Amino acid sequence: MTKERARFRRTLRTQLTLLTAALLTLTGCAGAGELGAGGRTLVIAIVSNPQMNDAIALSNQFEQANPGVKLKFVSLPENEARAKITASTATQGGEFDAVMISNYETPQWAANGWLENLEPYIAATPGYDENDFIPSIRSSLSYQGSMYAVPFYGESSFLAYRKDLFQQAGLTMPAHPTWQQIAAFAAKLDDKSAGVAGICLRGDPGWGESLAPFDTVVNTFGGRWFDQNWNAQLTSPQFRAAAQFYVNLVRQYGEVGASSAGFSECGTQYAQGQAAMWYDSTVMAGTNEDPSSSKIVGKSGYVAAPVEQTPSSGWLYTWSLAIPKVAKDKQDAWKFLAWMTDKQFVQTVAKADGWNAVPPGCRLSTYQIPEYQQAAKAYAQVTLDSIDAAQDSKVRTQPVPYTGIQFVGIPEFQDLGTRVSEELSAAIAGQITVDQALDQSQQYAQTVGDSYRETTK
Amino acid sequence: MTAVAPPSLRAGRHTTTKTAPRSSTTAWARRAPLLPALIFTIVVTQIPFLVTVFYSFQSWNLVRPGSQHFVGLQNYIDVFADSQFRTAMLNTVVLTVVCVLVALLLGLGLAVLLDRKFTGRGVVRTLLITPFLILPAAGALLWKTTMFDPTYGLLNFVFGGNTDWLSEFPLGSVMAQVVWQWTPFMMLLLLAGLQSQPKDVLEAASVDGAGRWRTFVSITLPHLSRYLQLATLLGAIYIVNSFDAIFLMTQGGPGTASTNLPYYIYQRAFQGFDIGQSSAMGVVVVILTLIVATFALRLMFRTFDVSGRK
Amino acid sequence: MTARKKFGSASLTTATWVIAILFVFPLLWMVLTSFKQEADAYTDPPRVVFSPTLSQFAGIIERGFLPYLANSTFVTVISTLIVLVLGVPAAFALSLAPVPKTSNVLGFFLSTKMLPVVAAIIPLYVIAQKTQLLDNVWALVILYTAMNLPLAIWMMRSFFLEVPTEMMEAGRVDGARLPTLLSKVILPVVAPGIAATALICVIFSWTEFFYAVNLTAARAGTVPVFLVGFITSEGLYWAQLAAAALLASLPVMIVGWVAQNHLVRGLSMGAVK
Repeated sequence: MTKERARFRRTLRTQLTLLTAALLTLTGCAGAGELGAGGRTLVIAIVSNPQMNDAIALSNQFEQANPGVKLKFVSLPENEARAKITASTATQGGEFDAVMISNYETPQWAANGWLENLEPYIAATPGYDENDFIPSIRSSLSYQGSMYAVPFYGESSFLAYRKDLFQQAGLTMPAHPTWQQIAAFAAKLDDKSAGVAGICLRGDPGWGESLAPFDTVVNTFGGRWFDQNWNAQLTSPQFRAAAQFYVNLVRQYGEVGASSAGFSECGTQYAQGQAAMWYDSTVMAGTNEDPSSSKIVGKSGYVAAPVEQTPSSGWLYTWSLAIPKVAKDKQDAWKFLAWMTDKQFVQTVAKADGWNAVPPGCRLSTYQIPEYQQAAKAYAQVTLDSIDAAQDSKVRTQPVPYTGIQFVGIPEFQDLGTRVSEELSAAIAGQITVDQALDQSQQYAQTVGDSYRETTK
Repeated sequence: MTAVAPPSLRAGRHTTTKTAPRSSTTAWARRAPLLPALIFTIVVTQIPFLVTVFYSFQSWNLVRPGSQHFVGLQNYIDVFADSQFRTAMLNTVVLTVVCVLVALLLGLGLAVLLDRKFTGRGVVRTLLITPFLILPAAGALLWKTTMFDPTYGLLNFVFGGNTDWLSEFPLGSVMAQVVWQWTPFMMLLLLAGLQSQPKDVLEAASVDGAGRWRTFVSITLPHLSRYLQLATLLGAIYIVNSFDAIFLMTQGGPGTASTNLPYYIYQRAFQGFDIGQSSAMGVVVVILTLIVATFALRLMFRTFDVSGRK
Repeated sequence: MTARKKFGSASLTTATWVIAILFVFPLLWMVLTSFKQEADAYTDPPRVVFSPTLSQFAGIIERGFLPYLANSTFVTVISTLIVLVLGVPAAFALSLAPVPKTSNVLGFFLSTKMLPVVAAIIPLYVIAQKTQLLDNVWALVILYTAMNLPLAIWMMRSFFLEVPTEMMEAGRVDGARLPTLLSKVILPVVAPGIAATALICVIFSWTEFFYAVNLTAARAGTVPVFLVGFITSEGLYWAQLAAAALLASLPVMIVGWVAQNHLVRGLSMGAVK
């Protein structure tokens, strides 16, 4: 017994010694990434979407071109990234030299003085050509005429439809369809027995999830969130009509599991051939036309977002890069921003990952490159047109006191929008009626509207 | 054979034969081993708690600069007037009670199955712990996509039909995922309890002719009662704070059907960026949990004293 | 009789295996998915036969998995060691040589786990900012220690209370003083319990996500933070995520496996009587 115990003790001791040695080595590693000898490290907060991941994979090219500067990325999904970046920027935490934000945050944060004005940097960078940015994108990232963030990629919304299924059913998609026409198509193409939904629409809660397509429908039906006096309009006849339409369409001819379906779920269903149409972001083309993730490559046609009372209705969204005011290394940060958003980057990505992978929807010049036009033939022009047409004057019928097409550009909207989308999701799941959802949502919106009415008086 | 009397939870140990006179030095000598842990815990947990309480008396929206100002108890009044808070509270209670009970029973069953020698016991044990090892976020997504998905999920593949589990049974789906995640925890605790049974007592029982079931009920279960209580208490504390399953599977929906307190607080803090409100809610949750836990502990002491003494 | 016993034992073993496999079936499916292309990952009906690929794993390692792995290992091991160093004496003081007001102290430790992390995270963030501990592994070490200490104390206390009074008495009668009592009488009995506690602490530290994602940035990121970066809101990611989740859980699984061997060893070593 004693001998065994002694041997056990010895093995234990050896293992502990090895462990301690490993730990000491790790202590060195755990501090990894701290400033090396004479180097500068840029910390960039980024959202983990495919285009960003491609950029991260190419970042060593930037490091080679800028010796002495190292890049470290903090890549998180949209919700976590947004929460973290907001907390850091609002409390002036200073962990990040560059942050990825959207056209939702940019005007607000610029007004708060949290972001660095990028115009001087742009002016000092020859060939950057800020006029090359699609005008709607550029103005959505500007505050008082100056750009406070530069776009990495932009998106609007459009409709993808299966040309083969349309042909089989003897249907033709018009160039500028209306929602009523789309509903009729969905009714004809919905085939529950074969597991094919007429149309795929987002239904999951989230101000950036189901509310994005939903708000565009509200806009084109003539509704709005607040009138010029910040009275909430969620129970107005137009808003109601839009909500009834959206919820009924999804319930009757939409995908199974709609009330928890977001971009990825819809994307999977459509890519597996289980929906005849899909109304969602223009970036869907990337996954639809990628053989490694889609079974229906080349079978889709793309057409502008359906309308009712307006000439266009697509949303406007862009992921963009900004520099917090408290960042330490602004010059180097700008070098990175410029690298990731200039004309050369498009070429870099094309060479590494093919033309289908280039960041879409922000530079006009991209759409004039012949190779890109060829590779993205099915959707490039529609994408450009959609983004270009995503202007307040074209997507709405009534004036509003806020900016934003598919969102309301106030800080409270993340919370308000999510709460309203939860009600909507419950209506889609059939647990409450649309009217009940709208009445409750009206209350939420009214509280927010009241606080704005008081401050703007 | 002297039966081993399970000692009382509260009283601890008193050596009756050799009692040193209780001087204050002895008392402090006894406290000494406890002090490092105690001081560390006080410093690291109470300072943030006090800051949270401080914020709870303010109205502060993180993204509206200059909005921080003192409002006294207004946040607390708002919390109790909020009907959604009450819904979240109810959901939390239901979720916790059901998940703890089911996980406990399953964990007990699995622990009993593992408390014997058989081929590949180590492998099976490792396999059974794995749901507890993977990141809760990964586990939640796994269940959402692999099991619950109406079109591609395994549940519908096995049972047929097109049930949209997450929207028709939101709380139930979340509970299934949480139970799956926490059963290994219960199993580990109860297995340790089973394996710490003194073998001589078990041998004596089988020599005396007691069958397996009899031995289990009269000897094993009482011995395990401490571990059962421990597992319940700890499991409850952790499951009350379940967040990932709801965040990733249902986002508290449809509506607020599957919103629990941590998720509700998260929404206030990270979507509304209303730090005052979310801090107040956090404090309210602490107070409520304390009240419930005190009652639960008293109940446990009482039942234990009744059944434990032999 | 023996044949029936053997049959009964064999069928029980089979039943155990079947139950175990059913229970972890979602995980087995996840492992399968990690070898698929995205197009095969999510099909109706679920696909068992497909052409496997290692591209998902390659993609993950290319993304720089190792620094996160190092951070996670460091934080987990150090915090668990500190938990044991602080917790074992504390558990001892709350069981075998009890201090006055034991139940109050125990209740206090438990109460520190009642504040939801989500409510305390902004205060913690502000504190970390002010104390320069943002994006620092030591912040996580401290927080995880505080997070696991109550659990460890409660658990180990139960194991300490297992030590039979007679053994302690016999040891004292034999003239053993406290250190010998500890190492020869108490420790062998509680060793498996301490191993189980340590394993659970390791698991909680390894999989902790909320503190990690909010208090770290580029330098101190841990494995859960890395893992979550594979979830994307505008793409398809199931196979990638499955591969990442598998890689992330592998170290802890290995630790669990090794720890269990020691558990068994410790049991046979600490032969009671």
